[in-house]
Amino acid sequence: MTEAPLLSVEDVTVNLPTPRGNLRAVDHVDLTVGAGRTLGVVGESGCGKTMLSRAILQLLPKKAKLSGRVMFDGQDLLQLSPEKLRKLRGRSLAVVFQDPMTSLNPVLTIGTQLIETLQEHLELDMAAATRRSVELLAAVGIPAPEQRLMQYPHQLSGGMRQRVAIAIALSCEPKLLIADEPTTALDVTIQAQILDLLAREQRRRHMAMVLITHDLGVVAGRTDEVAVMYAGRVVERAPTPALFKKMRMPYTEALLAALPKIDAAPHTPLPAISGRPPDPTRPLKGCSFSPRCRYAAGQCHTEKPGLAEAESPAHLYACFHPIEAGAGISA
Amino acid sequence: MMQQPSPANGPLLDVNDLVVEYPVGNKIVHAVSSVSLQIARGETLGLVGESGCGKSTLGRAVLQLRRPVSGRVLFDGQDLTAMQGDALRRMRQRVQLIFQDPIASLNPRRRIGDIVAEPLIIAGVKDPAKRKQLVDDVLSAVGLDPALVVGRLPHEFSGGQCQRICIARALVLNPEFIVCDEPVSALDVSIRAQILNLLEEMKARYGLTLLFIAHDLAVVKSVSDRVAVMYLGRLCEVGPSEQLFARPAHPYTALLIQAIPMPDPDVRPAETVPVGEPPSPISPPSGCRFRTRCPRADQQCSDEVPELRTVAPGQFVACHHPLI
Ligand SMILES: Nc1ncnc2c1ncn2[C@@H]1O[C@H](COP(=O)(O)OP(=O)(O)OP(=O)(O)O)[C@@H](O)[C@H]1O
Ligand SMILES: Nc1ncnc2c1ncn2[C@@H]1O[C@H](COP(=O)(O)OP(=O)(O)O)[C@@H](O)[C@H]1O
Ligand code: SF4
Ligand code: SF4
Ligand SMILES: [Mg+2]
Ligand SMILES: [Mg+2]
Repeated sequence: MTEAPLLSVEDVTVNLPTPRGNLRAVDHVDLTVGAGRTLGVVGESGCGKTMLSRAILQLLPKKAKLSGRVMFDGQDLLQLSPEKLRKLRGRSLAVVFQDPMTSLNPVLTIGTQLIETLQEHLELDMAAATRRSVELLAAVGIPAPEQRLMQYPHQLSGGMRQRVAIAIALSCEPKLLIADEPTTALDVTIQAQILDLLAREQRRRHMAMVLITHDLGVVAGRTDEVAVMYAGRVVERAPTPALFKKMRMPYTEALLAALPKIDAAPHTPLPAISGRPPDPTRPLKGCSFSPRCRYAAGQCHTEKPGLAEAESPAHLYACFHPIEAGAGISA
Repeated sequence: MMQQPSPANGPLLDVNDLVVEYPVGNKIVHAVSSVSLQIARGETLGLVGESGCGKSTLGRAVLQLRRPVSGRVLFDGQDLTAMQGDALRRMRQRVQLIFQDPIASLNPRRRIGDIVAEPLIIAGVKDPAKRKQLVDDVLSAVGLDPALVVGRLPHEFSGGQCQRICIARALVLNPEFIVCDEPVSALDVSIRAQILNLLEEMKARYGLTLLFIAHDLAVVKSVSDRVAVMYLGRLCEVGPSEQLFARPAHPYTALLIQAIPMPDPDVRPAETVPVGEPPSPISPPSGCRFRTRCPRADQQCSDEVPELRTVAPGQFVACHHPLI
């Protein structure tokens, strides 16, 4: 490795105490994101995507126990003071959540929220901060931005609110944006507009992005690299084209196959994945996917497969019986 | 169940000029405006459109769960809008509804066996042994083990299993027609495929006719014989699924197809036209309701409401300047 990546997640594990016992939400995850690059994180609900993003942001629930290391822009985030972390999160490390109301304050106008962020982190005066706010709202595609400054979040549609949340996240020119299912709550047409917006702003700002989603369609054309998560672990990681065309992990293959294809004839039965993910408080001894995997055999039931290299060091998969290179069914 | 004499080769469902409104304060939400459509026996009609365009309202009005302001809903030749009381209750045994949020649509304090048996009790099946038999049969049909599930409560089940239970409840009276209102939107990809396959199987086994509502076009296409596209309370386009996707005639249909995220890294997503968001159904635009977002809009589009007309065999579009 020549240059240190902007973000590196090293052996991160998150444990949560629950009434049913310990829940391992994130299990020994390693990831890196270079400056200006986009990493997609894909997985079904409950597989640990949000806990992973919260671990990166150091915004875990109080009772959560985190181990491992998160290096961002040369700093070890676990060693930073709460004050330093807060500064960092407003400036170089930004986030957009699935529900924009998580990051918007319902009792403050859009203008107040944008202007305060700009004043706090960039030390702009009121006039300059107001001007910047109008520019930002216009950049995220909000019509009549001057008037919107006076409005409250509840007066906007879901798509508009997400645009405002993105404007606030982008306001201080972050180096990395973590977008946790930013379009899951939105309609297809609005989703496409928001994803375009993120891509455009990212190119313009040379910003890195972690795009979290449960939809393989969302990451396909919009990321450089994809990590597939299952039951808290990264089970396959590859440059995006390799993931879709030369997948080695049976779960990746099954997930892609289960999607209805737009070019298939109506009433074509879908190759569904049987069963469902394991209970995260009852981890399996073997491969977490083994009860649902059609290739499962022998050691799959007794040992956890570690990440192994495929034909390039950039492509990793965790499986004892990987799909032969090139044999994967393509979308 | 007694069958009414009916025009056996006519459509099972014939919706005519249906209007549904909601009063809010002193204003009116025009949720469904002059919608007409037919569904043949054994057919699945998909209904797509953005959030708030009136899909659920249309589905509920068809079943008379929301009374329309005007228009007719002929089911097997009989006008449901004219029915009251007992007649309507009897008719309701032949039509059912499955909701988007499977967990929320099950009573959390009732056992699965009772939930699935409830329609039988309402329908007057008095013999408990008979009820138990029907419940067990339908639970097995949807892939659940009756012995393991009847005594348990909804919270003990996952979203996918709750949707199986909802489907069982909808099937227990052996209905002819089901409105599926976004039955898989709340489910994960891997579970979604299971439920879509199950619905197809049940359709064949019980000889069902379906109105399948969803906002995911790929999902709709995978189960529907024909698709109807709705925008802000009106139908834009209706046609055979494959034909509609291959050659959309309405600019809005084309926009929806273009916006589908494709799971293929070689398909660079086309930069979408920044067409903004749908206007309010309280004061919909004059003429064509899509005109504020339509790249082809002209004066005629604001002056005249476009009527549905044929553009290709079986394909109907409501647009002054269709794409084909
Ligand atoms: N009970 C109600 N009172 C007032 N307005 C309502 C009511 N129910 C629905 N509406 C409005 O009617 C319009 C159509 O709503 P409907 O729920 O039918 O849309 P939909 O297409 O099913 O949307 P979604 O995709 O979000 O489920 C919307 O503008 C909605 O806000
Ligand atoms: N605050 C919390 N307390 C306990 N468990 C939680 C909490 N938040 C999430 N979890 C659990 O952690 C696991 C991972 O959750 P999450 O990261 O939210 O998944 P995803 O974002 O992939 O849907 C799930 O089993 C979830 O139920
Ligand atoms: S390790 Fe075994 S069970 Fe796990 S994905 Fe590979 S083949 Fe399937
Ligand atoms: S009628 Fe006019 S505004 Fe409406 S879809 Fe057709 S071209 Fe566009
Ligand atoms: Mg999440
Ligand atoms: Mg609805």
